[in-house]
This record gives sequence, C-alpha cells and structure tokens, in this order.
Amino acid sequence: MADAVKEKVKVSGAPDGSAPPVVIDPSREPIVIVDDLHIIYRVFGAGGKGNAASAFMRVLRRENRPSMKEVHAIRGMSFVAYKGDAIGVIGTNGSGKSTLLKAIAGLLPPQSGGVYTEGQPSLLGVNAALMNDLTGERNIVLGCLAMGMNPDEVKEKYDEIVKFAGLKEGFIQLPMRAYSSGMGSRLRFAIAASKSHDVLLIDEALATGDAKFRRKSAAKIDELRNEAGAVFLVAHQLDSIREMCNRVLWVDEGRLVMDGDTDEVVDAYTEANGK
Amino acid sequence: MSHPERLGASGGGQVSAIAEPPHINGNPSLAEFAARNGLKQSAARPPIGKYIRQVWQRRHFIWAFASAKNISMYTESRLGQVWQVLTPLLNAGVYYLIFGLLLNTSRNLPHNTFIPFLVTGVFVFTFTQRSVNSGAKSVGDNLSLIRALHFPRASLPLAYTIIELQQLLVSMGVLFVIVLAFGEPLTWRWLLLVPVLIMQLLFNVGISLVLARVGAFNRDISQLLPFILRTWLYFSGIIYSLSALKKSPRLAHHPWIGHVLEANPGYIFPELMRYSLLDTYRGYVKHKLHEQTIHLWGYAAGWAVVMFVVGFWFFYRAEERYGRG
Repeated sequence: MADAVKEKVKVSGAPDGSAPPVVIDPSREPIVIVDDLHIIYRVFGAGGKGNAASAFMRVLRRENRPSMKEVHAIRGMSFVAYKGDAIGVIGTNGSGKSTLLKAIAGLLPPQSGGVYTEGQPSLLGVNAALMNDLTGERNIVLGCLAMGMNPDEVKEKYDEIVKFAGLKEGFIQLPMRAYSSGMGSRLRFAIAASKSHDVLLIDEALATGDAKFRRKSAAKIDELRNEAGAVFLVAHQLDSIREMCNRVLWVDEGRLVMDGDTDEVVDAYTEANGK
Repeated sequence: MSHPERLGASGGGQVSAIAEPPHINGNPSLAEFAARNGLKQSAARPPIGKYIRQVWQRRHFIWAFASAKNISMYTESRLGQVWQVLTPLLNAGVYYLIFGLLLNTSRNLPHNTFIPFLVTGVFVFTFTQRSVNSGAKSVGDNLSLIRALHFPRASLPLAYTIIELQQLLVSMGVLFVIVLAFGEPLTWRWLLLVPVLIMQLLFNVGISLVLARVGAFNRDISQLLPFILRTWLYFSGIIYSLSALKKSPRLAHHPWIGHVLEANPGYIFPELMRYSLLDTYRGYVKHKLHEQTIHLWGYAAGWAVVMFVVGFWFFYRAEERYGRG
C-alpha cells in the first residue's frame, strides 16, 4: 500500500486548511465518497421562556423560536473510502461520528456538499422499527420487512433469528416489553444482523449481553463485514478499532482531524486525549 | 409553503457560501471523481418511476406496520380491541344526542332514517378526518425510523391511512348491524360500497400525503387541524341532509351555494355510502326531493384520482428532505 501513495493525487483540502488533504488512489475502486459535507439539523423544544405571552411577542417581532436550535454537526468533511476498507471512526462524544454515519447512509440530508456511494449503505440496527407492545414473533417479521426483505426472505430467516437470539423458551410469544434489557438487545441484534449490506455502518454499543453472546455477535459482525463492500465502525473501545479496522478517521467538532492507518491515528488520538 | 424547494437555501445562510466543490490545480473535484466511478448521491431522490416501484416493493412492510400500530394502540387499555368498535359507537351516540334529540336536525327525514343516516355519515367521514390527522403526524412521529432505515417515506402516510382503513372496516361491521336493525333492506346496491370505499381510500391517501409533507415541515399544522376538520364536518352534510337543505326556501334562491357544497369530497363519499346502504334515504332523495345523484359518482372518481396523483407527486417532491426535522 505504501507504493500507491506516490501516485495519489491531491484534490482538495478543508476550507480552513487544518484538515488532512483528500488523496485519490487511482489503483483502488472507490465505494464511498464524501465531498465537503455539511450537516445541520434542527432540534425543537430546547429551552426558551415557555409562556404564551413571550411566544406571542416573538411571533410579532418575527423572531425564530428560541427553543429551536440549529446544530451544525458536520462542518465540511471530505474523504474517499475504497472497496474492502474497514474504517474506524473515533472522536469524543458529540464530535459528529454518528451523524457522519447517518449522512453516509443517506438518512440525514446534507445542507451542502454530498455523499456518493455505490450500492446502498445501511446502518446496522432496526430498533426504531420495533414496537415494545408487540410479541417477539411479530417484531421479527416487522423488523425484517422494515429492512427491505420480502415475506419469503423473512420466512427463510425467521428460524435463524430466533436461534441466534437464543431467548428462553416461550419468550418469543411475549410482548417485547416483558423482556429483560439483555434479552431485548439480543433479539434486536439478531434481527439487525440477519441482512447483509453493500456498505455496512456500525454504530457502537452493539456487543451487549453476556460474554457468550458478545463472542457470538462479534463473530456475526465479522461475517457481515466480509460480505460487505466496506465497513464503517464507530466505537469508543480503541481495542476493537485496532482489531477490526485498516484505516481510521479521527473526527472532532464535525471536522476531520486525521485520516490514515489505524495505528498511526489511534496513537495520535490517544496522545491528544492524554490517556 | 414556507420551506424551500432547494437544498442549501434554508436557515444556515453561512453554509451556502461554501457549497461550491473545491478545485485545486485543475484536478477533478470529488463530485466528478464520484460520477466517473458510477457512484450515486446517497441522499438523492430517485426518479418517480423507480420511487413508485420502491413503494410497491414495500407494500408488505406498509401493511405489517399498519397492523402492528393498530394492535399496539389498544394494549394499554383493558378492553383492548373492543375500543375499535366502542369509539365509533360512542361518537355516533354523542352526535345523535346533540343533533338528533336536542337540535332536531332530523325533522326533514322520514321516520327511523335519521340514526342510520347519521351513523353512516359519521363513520365514513371519520375515515377521511382521521386520515388527514394521522397523515399530518406521520413523518414527525417517526423521525427515529426515518433516521435509521431506508424506505420510501411515502410508506408512512400510506401506512397511517391503512390503519384508518382497518379501523373503518371494523366500524363497517357495526354499521351493518345498526342499518339492518333499523329495518333497511339488504339489496344488491350494498355492493356499491366497495367502489365508494376504494375511491375514498384513494382520496384519503392523497390528502394524507399532502398533509404529511406540510406537517413534516410545519409542526404547527397539527394544532390547527382539529378546527379545520370540525368546520369541514359541519359543512359536509353529515349531521343534516344537504339534499333537503338545498330545497329549503333560503337556499332555493341561490342554487350555486348548493352546487358548491355538493362538490365537497367530505360530503360526496358519505352521501354515496348512504345511497348504497340506506334504501329509505335514497328513495326519499329521489322521489320526494326529485334530486339527481348520478353526478356525485363523477365527482367522487374525479376527487379520488386527482387527489391521489397530486398528493403522491407533492409528497415525492420533498422525499430527500424528510428527516431533517
């Protein structure tokens, strides 16, 4: 890989010059390209004087609601990911890691710039589609359909999911709110991991449950990783990043601080955070 | 619409200044590099034909999501699914108490027709009313779903309309019992309720798609809707017979008012349902009031097709922006 570096072409740098330049490696096939991406999202219901009179005055003065905050989560990021890459994303809490994954998945529309992908990147996780009032059985069907499977595929995967989740006898017929948190997360993981993806995006805290299940899910993620064209992994445990990734993006305050080989970036990150 | 059609023009003005992709030393920009390698914009809106196919592929999810919501809606209450039947019954009871007994809007109708007339109207109108209401909330209430999974966003308003359809089908069972109990005959005309419901479903899907987009970007609409919908109800001849009202001396001199009120979809669908189910009422309108009713079918078909197409197109135009909040 070191030889390829010489042929790489510098195409752009961040507007403020602090971010690493984007280099294109013509010998490899790109699968995700992030081009000067900006993400802003609005949050409602944060703070503000909550009475009718002040709200009315605001309307008269044509002011925005103070309770509506704009969060500039990604501030100009550019990089290219290639087929076969397993990319770790590290950074402190609130640095924009999860937002970046959602933007790559195309779930948060960019304010400006763009994300270009081959195939459909998907987040690993179906929690949002599941309903606690429904039985495990129904949730498996609902979750699989929500991920885009058709009913035949659901039937095919059903037993596998139940077996992987390894719930106690009879629990699959109970509503999910009767599950312990461990059981719930096992089922959720089992559903989410039943589908393979073109570009797999994994947002931390997946390895839940007891030691045995953690081993099982780590093996499953490996399997998914091999099937996928590229993997993005957000994690705070630097060990798992070192173990799984060949490249790391260090993100801070919505900007790219470093982009490079795993050991190099992780070492720099560890040093900067005074560990 | 207060929200802009194009990306980059809303809110954060400071960002749009750097929307131009960087060009350095004549090297290709990343966007061109992406295009050359056949990569596609991740958050882009698919062409309309592909979008329709995607929605069709998701039909099983739409149905499963609707059924799941319907089941979980009543899990907290002890009577559970019984409320699906009780709620429309209680609604009809309240309207009967106020408009049948207290205000006596039934005075024009033949004996024993008012209750089936009222209940049919209320149940059928409620289908549209609730589709509008839930459509407006369908995007905002499912932001976490939108931000986690890929699916054509039109699935959400569609699923919410299906929820209302499932509720209506339960109500229809109750309605049949009430109608038959009041001595209405079971005739072949009852079959006409199928096309009426299909047309109303199309109309409801369309209007709920429109409100889904409006509600996604203007949350205040859901505070305003109850008032609009109640006004609509009172204009729609649900609790009184519009056909009879048109013959009243005050409206007889201004026939255009009657024509306008008649073109209202909130009136057309319940009225057509009454013609299908209530033999006495149809006879009353036809032979006593000498009213033609055939044109209402034309109106219904028109509303259904136009609303469905316009709604789908309108919702689709903002597809890539749902989820920004």
